[in-house]
Amino acid sequence: MATVVITPPGRLGLPRWRELWAAREVMYRFGLRDVLLRYRQTAVGVAWVVIQPLLGAGIFALVFGAVAGLPTNGVPYFLFSFMGMLAWNLFSQTIARSSASLVANQALVAKVFFPRLLVPLSSSLGVLLDYAVALALGALLLVVYGVNPGWAVLLLPVWTLLLLLFALGIGIAASAVQVKYRDVGYVMPWLLQMGLYATPVAYSVEATQDLPPAAQWLFQANPLTWFLEAYRWSLLGQQVPPTWQIVGMVVSSLLVLLGGILVFQRYERQFADVI
Amino acid sequence: MGSHQRAQYAPNVSASRSAVSVRGLGKTYRIGRSGHRPTTVVEAVAARLRSPWAKSRFTEFDALTGVDLDVPWGEALGIVGRNGAGKSTLLKLLTRVTAPTRGRIELAGRMGSLLEVGTGFSGELTGRENIYLNGAILGMSRREIRSSFDEIVAFSGVEKFLDTPVKRYSSGMYVRLAFSVAAHLRTEILAIDEVLAVGDAEFQRKSLAKMRDVAKDGRTVLYVSHLVPTVTALCTSAVYLDKGRLTYSGSVDGALDVYRRSFAQFAADQQDPDRRPGTGQLRAGSVVPESDVFDPAETKRFVLGVGSSPDLVGSYFVSVHVNDASGAVVAQCDSRAVGGWYEPSKEQEIQLTLRAPWLKPGRYTVDAFVCQAGVLDAWEGAATFEVLPATPYPEMTLDEATAQAVVLADYDFQGR
Repeated sequence: MATVVITPPGRLGLPRWRELWAAREVMYRFGLRDVLLRYRQTAVGVAWVVIQPLLGAGIFALVFGAVAGLPTNGVPYFLFSFMGMLAWNLFSQTIARSSASLVANQALVAKVFFPRLLVPLSSSLGVLLDYAVALALGALLLVVYGVNPGWAVLLLPVWTLLLLLFALGIGIAASAVQVKYRDVGYVMPWLLQMGLYATPVAYSVEATQDLPPAAQWLFQANPLTWFLEAYRWSLLGQQVPPTWQIVGMVVSSLLVLLGGILVFQRYERQFADVI
Repeated sequence: MGSHQRAQYAPNVSASRSAVSVRGLGKTYRIGRSGHRPTTVVEAVAARLRSPWAKSRFTEFDALTGVDLDVPWGEALGIVGRNGAGKSTLLKLLTRVTAPTRGRIELAGRMGSLLEVGTGFSGELTGRENIYLNGAILGMSRREIRSSFDEIVAFSGVEKFLDTPVKRYSSGMYVRLAFSVAAHLRTEILAIDEVLAVGDAEFQRKSLAKMRDVAKDGRTVLYVSHLVPTVTALCTSAVYLDKGRLTYSGSVDGALDVYRRSFAQFAADQQDPDRRPGTGQLRAGSVVPESDVFDPAETKRFVLGVGSSPDLVGSYFVSVHVNDASGAVVAQCDSRAVGGWYEPSKEQEIQLTLRAPWLKPGRYTVDAFVCQAGVLDAWEGAATFEVLPATPYPEMTLDEATAQAVVLADYDFQGR
């Protein structure tokens, strides 16, 4: 029988991976609970998952495509913004739900021990379910519009995983900080809203080419731009992103995740005392 | 950790055979000196800007100091102590809910906790879904939950409502289901905090028996409770905590003895009105039983002397509690219930006449409270008296004829 040794926590520390793995059932049950709670008592139920991205993409197509007439490199604007929203929603929903998760489960955190990291992690399960539904819808749209993304589509799981890790890194850190400072909960939606407009989600990178070089550089330096370019390559058959962006995606998502975990671990030891 | 912090007496078991081994354990909480901690980033930054050199605005509070403890396998350890002695903190450290500040804990197996019934239950989910969710949170694998699922359901007695959301459950059903999940944990060490006092009498008896089986299996139980009878019924050894220190470790009777004696010490402290809780606008000066000893069925009189306070507006009432040796309140005599209101403008002598119930032989303590809308004076252990070992009944019986009840009833039987 394994002996568990409990000592005062050090300043920095990585989670006990073995323990996380042993408690994976908690993550699954939390994720399942979130999904059930969300759809059990809504009138339209699961239909929301389909309606939300369609409405979002429709509005952007109207505003940026029809009214502003921004370029999309020949892709129908609705399809273009739908795929952008697909990636953006995975990112923003993961952050939104995981950052609120610890405070939402404070009764548990203050009374029972289980690896707390599982709480923000588990909130990604519901997001992934929504993502899968939206992705199926996206596949349908590709057929309807007759767009063939080509072999690059096989890389989509890689982009999905990297984007998820990137978002989780931020969400995990935010959830831990929110235990102590509740205003994270108010600032985060606002930041995500800003991010949506500052990132080429509803418009293309092409559309930014009329801007002065300094502003263009800002768009290029945004890691989310890299992810969206990769998504458009894999889903819409657009141009291949430069290698430095792909390397940047891998490095930044791993770094952000590691940073998020370290911040979480630093705050974690006080959870039960502060919450 | 210095040896002076060691407990006076520790069970002599080698560390390798212990289920739980604790060395020099301490927990310090930081309490904001102003009683306010910034809860938003803005406040934190503002506080820092206002006084940039304020190093620490905390006072430190040692909830636990230098605790050494060894619990062998198969033992049910009771943790007793007065309120705020650190019992729950110790259990929280052992169950890893919060991290220790000093020292080291070694657990030779998985620790499951039954800290509070229903934590982690989700109202919208059905009973079935909640069993899986709660089981997982408490540390069971899916296979373990599945294999004890039927047992859990049978024990709780909510078969018919398994697919009903638990928000529609009665509170009794809810508590029974929650306890059943926790009681079927298969962890090697089980921590229990005051949860056996749930459900009806029948369910309590069943729960206690279940917990006793756990210890008989050779697993280890750690039990925190104020309820002396459950500690006696469940535990095979006990420790006593006093102000964060482990001052006794040994037999259940020994620990309970120290625990009871602590009440006497507490009563002595309470003689000083300034150390008592309550607003202090009006204090009770004396609580005097008519006699130090009573017969069980005798009418018992007590006289409360309450001081005067010309500034106090409106009349006040008093309340007197009679507690038995284990701390259970056997009588609560509130003057409001019998129309007793008194004027604070002059000193009062108030006589309480307690005719029933008949009290069992033993030592009793009396608490006195002086109240208006709030509590003016709360004097616990204001007086003590003894009830003589006599029987109020016409026939002599063995102790077992009266052992189960808290008080003696005034009754007779007649064939019809």
